[in-house]
Amino acid sequence: MMKDSPPRRPAMPPIGPIKVALFLVCLLPLAHLVQAGLTDALGANPIEAITHATGDWTLRFLLITLAVTPLRRLTGAHWLLRLRRMLGLFAFFYASLHFTTYIWLDQFFDLQGIAKDVLKRPFITVGFAAFVLLIPLAATSNSFAIRRLGGRKWQSLHRSVYAIAILGVTHYWWLVKKDISEPLLYGSILAGLLGIRAWWREVERRKQLAGEYMPKAKLGRKVIQIVPK
Amino acid sequence: MLIRRPADIAPSEITPRALFEDRRRFLQTLSGGAVAGAALWAGFPSTARAAPQKLAPLTPSPFNVKEDKTPYKAVTTYNNFYEFGTDKEDPAANAGVMATRPWTVKVEGLVGKPRSFDIDEILKLAPLEERIYRLRCVEAWSMVIPWVGFPLAALLKQVEPQGSAKYVEFISHYDPKIMLRRPVLDWPYREGLRLDEAMHPLTLLTVGLYGEVLPNQNGAPVRIVVPWKYGFKSAKSIVTIRLVEREPVSSWTQANAAEYGFYSNVNPNVDHPRWTQSKERRIGEFSKRPTLMFNGYADQVARLYQGMDLQKYY
Ligand code: HEM
Repeated sequence: MMKDSPPRRPAMPPIGPIKVALFLVCLLPLAHLVQAGLTDALGANPIEAITHATGDWTLRFLLITLAVTPLRRLTGAHWLLRLRRMLGLFAFFYASLHFTTYIWLDQFFDLQGIAKDVLKRPFITVGFAAFVLLIPLAATSNSFAIRRLGGRKWQSLHRSVYAIAILGVTHYWWLVKKDISEPLLYGSILAGLLGIRAWWREVERRKQLAGEYMPKAKLGRKVIQIVPK
Repeated sequence: MLIRRPADIAPSEITPRALFEDRRRFLQTLSGGAVAGAALWAGFPSTARAAPQKLAPLTPSPFNVKEDKTPYKAVTTYNNFYEFGTDKEDPAANAGVMATRPWTVKVEGLVGKPRSFDIDEILKLAPLEERIYRLRCVEAWSMVIPWVGFPLAALLKQVEPQGSAKYVEFISHYDPKIMLRRPVLDWPYREGLRLDEAMHPLTLLTVGLYGEVLPNQNGAPVRIVVPWKYGFKSAKSIVTIRLVEREPVSSWTQANAAEYGFYSNVNPNVDHPRWTQSKERRIGEFSKRPTLMFNGYADQVARLYQGMDLQKYY
């Protein structure tokens, strides 16, 4: 696979305007939801509609965030990496809306009911775990935290996003009554995104094993690239 | 996925409640209750596009609940009818293609007089009543729906159940050309009741709602409604009713016996792994309300289950 071909480097597009545009695009699902709410278009069970829309977008943003590294590697568009933080934070944003919908609109702050749900309904248990695990990632998604933690520590902390995404898909899988087609779709995409990483890692490992004869410097650079900063 | 059709219920076809109630009053005045039993039915093939046909006259029922009725629009756009898709909006969008005429219901099995009933015969079999029932879905939401129909017992008596008949199995229409082909459930949809449950006066053979012919998404042209059980027990678009000796296996029980038992009586004390059953959201209300034992019909049905462990027979 694309062995030692020199990385293609497409021209760096203007990152500032792209970020602004992406920010606005990421708000569209919320805008759509608010508009539906104001025009009485959420259907017969609005609370359920809001729960579903925010849950769907949490999962989608998680997957989009996880797609950045493979996309970057496949296209050579390294600037994509500079959008990843915003995408991850939007996953957390929609997760917070989703959780708030549950706590406020669905349970109406019934703490006992919430505790019972988290403990007794397996799909809530894993959803809750996913959300709790997202909090430290959101809290450390800034340059200050990266500097304070150091790249390596920060990176290993942020690798929990893989587990979070798996919990997110499991949450969806367990909540559907019978028709698993949608969780299956999200699960397949996630499997692809994690699988390609595993594959690249394995290729790298083999290279390393055979690499006693390779120049050290080159090896080192490659190894770090598996999990880019 | 499915053949998608535009959601083609024009707003003009949705009867505002005030208007509907006016019309009812008008009809009641007109008929004066004198033509009991002579149900009028203007029989056109029912499609989502045709204006719903009125059913009249309707005898009021002592079983009516006094709670606010769920608006017609919610009752007919928020449905579980998996044959037409698994999202709540799918049945209203997709069920219009189902032809509900001609339609026959075969009643067979352990009966003295097995026979088929044409839908027109069914409509004239007994006086049509309006029954305003609570509907509690296993997914922890509920509605109050003014159904139109008569006790299933009236139909069952006609075929003379044999002494060996202990259960009744209901089989729904299945046409892979217009319905879901993915085996989300084992099609055709099957449900079952114990014979005494099926003969209970609350168990309604249902042909309409809000004074009109059943919309397809609600199980046209004929379904049952068993108000003290979770909604999935009330089979829609029925084509076969079979009296049997052994407890039939319903589609949901077959799919997941640990979660969907044969009885599936509404019971706030038996939780489901996905939904807390102690509370429910009444569609249209913000706060949840407590779920009532047997969905509030304990006075009528609790005796059917005397001595049974309802944790075990969930
Ligand atoms: C990263 C965390 C989470 C993700 C990715 C996620 C994702 C989802 C998804 C995709 C759905 C289904 C939407 C649909 O059917 O279209 C959903 C539904 C739901 N989620 Fe989450 N969720 C998360 C966290 C949580 C948390 C923390 C809670 C509550 C404590 C929660 C409670 C629910 C509920 C109650 C539903 C609706 C279930 C139903 O309709 O029966 N989720 N979530």
